[in-house]
Amino acid sequence: MNPSVPMGSSVIDTEKREGWNRPPVVVPEGDGELLEVAMGPHHPSTHGVFRMDVALDGERVVRLKPVFGYLHRNHEKIAEGASYLSSMPYTDRLDYFCSLSNNWAYALAVEKLTAQEVPERTEYLRVILAEFTRIQNHASTIGFLLQEMGASGTPLMYAFREREKILDLFESLTGSRMMCNYMRFGGCRVDVSSAWLEAARKVVAGLPAFVDEFEALLSSNEILMARCQGVGVLRPALAVNAGISGPMLRASGVNYDIRKVDHYGIYDRFKFRVPLGDHGDIYDRYMVRVLEMRESIVILEQAIRDLPAGPIMDPKAKIRNFRPKPGECYGRIEAPKGELGFYLISDGGPNPYRYRVRPPSLINLTVLEDMCLGQSVADVVLIFGSVDIVLGEVDR
Amino acid sequence: MKTIEEIKAAIEAAIPGATVAVVSNPSPCAQHSLLVAHPSALQVATFLRDNPELTFDYLSNVSGVDWPDREIAEKVKVTRQVTKTVDGPDGGKPDGTKIDQTVDETVEETHKRVEPGFLESVYHLYSIALKHGPLVIRMRTANRTDQTTMPSLTPVWRGAELQEREVFDLYGIVFSGHPDLRRILMWDGFKDFPMRKDYVDPDDFEYEPTPHDEVLKRAQAHSAANHPATTDAAQEGAAPSQ
Repeated sequence: MNPSVPMGSSVIDTEKREGWNRPPVVVPEGDGELLEVAMGPHHPSTHGVFRMDVALDGERVVRLKPVFGYLHRNHEKIAEGASYLSSMPYTDRLDYFCSLSNNWAYALAVEKLTAQEVPERTEYLRVILAEFTRIQNHASTIGFLLQEMGASGTPLMYAFREREKILDLFESLTGSRMMCNYMRFGGCRVDVSSAWLEAARKVVAGLPAFVDEFEALLSSNEILMARCQGVGVLRPALAVNAGISGPMLRASGVNYDIRKVDHYGIYDRFKFRVPLGDHGDIYDRYMVRVLEMRESIVILEQAIRDLPAGPIMDPKAKIRNFRPKPGECYGRIEAPKGELGFYLISDGGPNPYRYRVRPPSLINLTVLEDMCLGQSVADVVLIFGSVDIVLGEVDR
Repeated sequence: MKTIEEIKAAIEAAIPGATVAVVSNPSPCAQHSLLVAHPSALQVATFLRDNPELTFDYLSNVSGVDWPDREIAEKVKVTRQVTKTVDGPDGGKPDGTKIDQTVDETVEETHKRVEPGFLESVYHLYSIALKHGPLVIRMRTANRTDQTTMPSLTPVWRGAELQEREVFDLYGIVFSGHPDLRRILMWDGFKDFPMRKDYVDPDDFEYEPTPHDEVLKRAQAHSAANHPATTDAAQEGAAPSQ
């Protein structure tokens, strides 16, 4: 099957949609009568409160408009009225699956703004926690994707079983399973114990078997291949131009991993590979996430092995009366969902003058309509699930 | 990557008439930015994207910034001549009258001047092909009230589509040339721009006329401000009969 031509007689020229040469060419089948459907905001597949206004010609999508804002609480405004440190717990609530990655991105931006050093041991701890976060995020994303495909429960429960183990580690270290609030500017909050490290080692040792099991169950599953291959194709040129990041960008074959490009933290010390997709369809996005879990395990093994002794907080780090000098800074990390960045402007006061979150979930939805045009309405749910979003981050 | 001055020179050499200025950033991260004038902004953006040595093909982040009018107080030392009544050189005249004399006096005066505010949008660019960045470009509006238009860069980078909509929604910058400029996070009938520094929360977000003192007071104050004609009726109806 040629992936670029949808089944049926609707012809949609996706090439014409690159850039802003609108509108797309849609030849309706049948009598050409369109049906408008509001999917969401309380549709079970929308991962929260999100709406898609879809115009359908029979089963084919001819127009799709995402509607945002149901979870908007103006996180940026709240942060501009609070001191730098008191925004740290708020970052947990952005992408609540990956609170530790959010903490790191914010801490990194503030540390860049103030030229704050970070102790060696903390750098390793951050890598360990961020990679654990990535594994549990990717596992759950695949679980939800399969759930939407009709595999009711089983893959999701397999993923959540593993996520439970990782969340137990987070809980015993930070006191909270999801709202971790762990990183600080110039360090982190509590040190790991040797018992925690032993438990972490045990979890990491069990992870390859989990990924093998997951893959044996899914990767060559006939239904998964039939529903995912050639569906929701995103071309690399459009992906780059539309600012897509993370596994979605790499599934389209663009080699861009911020861990490799920016070498933030200490990622230049670890050996790992960047998995790339070939076709940019849902199956590639699934496969890139599975392979990224394997690479994260490799990083985890190295980081836990090499974890040095030492302080976890820079003794020169200023905690009370924290006022960065005037200036601005943009810092970013490779979060599980894509490029998570924080843009801060300081006017010398105790609160940031401007606090901006660059949300990968929102920006990855730019191309949702482009991927869905000409697909059937059942595929829209899958395409949307393969983007991997969390509404707490989309709406902020 | 080229330095910011080299990029500025390259832009000015390639696009005649382009006005570009370097805005320096005192922070240790030294992410300096280029302030681009509106008329040539699209040309500059296209040049940054397509020039083989720069190839900023990836627009990462768009943020709005609000800079309200600032009142700057400056203390200036002023010397002027004043006439003072002083005693004479030998303690005044014999009849006791004083004489007037002109003397120099230095005083400190506070001058206040208002620096007009503006809205700003900041773009962070990276190159995926050459793996460098960030390059920061910014554009400013003329003021914060009636001239808040600037060209949209969405035709060059589609990554700006949703983010420029967000800046329009929360700051009120109108991006001319944007294909679908609507509110994105706030609802369509919303009037104000919540991220501006002088934004005031409405007092009736969850208006509910319950007969509790504080809520009632706020509701009455609100209806008095908005519907002066109905105020009496509302007060009569709301007053608890004892």
